[in-house]
Amino acid sequence: MSEPASSAEGVFQPRIVAFVCNWCTYTGADLAGTSRRQMAHNVRIVRLPCTGRIDPLFVTKAFERGADGVIVSGCHPGDCHYTEGNYHARRRFRYFRELLEFTGIDTRRVTFSWVSASEGQKWGEVVDSTTGRVRELGPFTAYPGTQEGSS
Amino acid sequence: MKALRDKARELLELGEVQVVIGYGQGRRGVRPIFVTRPQDCEQLVFDPRCVQNLASYLNPRRAHVKRLGRPAVVVKGCDCRAVAGLIRESQIARGDVVLLGVRCGGVVVHPHGPAELTADTVAPRCQGCDIREPQLPDELLGELPPPPPEAPGIAERVAALDALPVDERMAFWKAQFSRCIRCYACRQACPLCYCARCIADFTQPRWIDSSAHARGNTAWNHTRAMHLAGRCAGCSECERACPQGIPLTLLNEKLAQVGREQFEHRVGDDPDVPAPVGDFRKGDAEEFIV
Repeated sequence: MSEPASSAEGVFQPRIVAFVCNWCTYTGADLAGTSRRQMAHNVRIVRLPCTGRIDPLFVTKAFERGADGVIVSGCHPGDCHYTEGNYHARRRFRYFRELLEFTGIDTRRVTFSWVSASEGQKWGEVVDSTTGRVRELGPFTAYPGTQEGSS
Repeated sequence: MKALRDKARELLELGEVQVVIGYGQGRRGVRPIFVTRPQDCEQLVFDPRCVQNLASYLNPRRAHVKRLGRPAVVVKGCDCRAVAGLIRESQIARGDVVLLGVRCGGVVVHPHGPAELTADTVAPRCQGCDIREPQLPDELLGELPPPPPEAPGIAERVAALDALPVDERMAFWKAQFSRCIRCYACRQACPLCYCARCIADFTQPRWIDSSAHARGNTAWNHTRAMHLAGRCAGCSECERACPQGIPLTLLNEKLAQVGREQFEHRVGDDPDVPAPVGDFRKGDAEEFIV
């Protein structure tokens, strides 16, 4: 996260962190890449074993450390490599989403999605739509210290 | 009160328990007391000043309490939900403890204040209480008092915040969290925060920044709320312990609402009902996921 917040043209380039599962969304994103799908280049992917491994703390921490938006994505219900990790994640993120909204973090900055290994196209759409939405919302500056850059 | 003292004395005399954890009169209002001799049972009291959740002493982190021997604990309905939580999560066994349940008509906010329950003194958490007569205890003592007086509850404050635009909510919570000094009193007071090593204490990696700074304060308060999602017994001890007066019960209540609305789950005193996080239904709503 070292590049400037705006590109040369003056368009705001949001920093978006994607927490994705290894088995579906990461593979789907890989497919999008190998099939040369053009998409916004604002997303940094963090690969985890399963959406069930994605602690809501990761999302809070991403915002604290300067992310403008977050994507959480994994296998469709029924497709989890570990059978039920995404069902647990779905419950957890229901709570977490309400907590974010309640504590004043606009949930339009956070995208939850199911993207399978064959949905490279859908991954591109998720990336593009999230980037567009976060770009409209502008930089996330709610926490003093988030503009200090990486640490 | 007499029934409570008699039962406590009987348990100590028969040697069924080695200590009775209850409420007693201190120099400044009501405080928790540990009774180990039958003749001291006269010190036990129960009135609306008995605010503290004594189930916190059953938290397995409290090794010094465990060393006293088998306890009997005086529990209100809300405290009993915390005991049920500890049993549900295999932190204590039902047989490890004798529960002396008391029927409750609400408590006041401050254990050091007057015992009269009025709209001004009643604790916000007592509004809409559905557990004035807990089912889990071994003994249920006392008569059922009248319900607590009507006053604004926690749900009203949550609804008022919910009605604000999102950036005003951010301003509210930013002001609240910025006062957090990271003393972790909320964690220490909680009957259900029992991890031997808390994620906030990890240094490699440092999951949650430890200085009292906006960066870290949010992560801590989000994490504390999330770790209690679907588990919180609603005893308000976190907020009472907070030296900065951060309204933590608003976060707890908000997440309890999610449980009620999305998962038809109310935290009760039946240890066999699973908590909503750690459980799932294949048909859970997912309209927020694209």
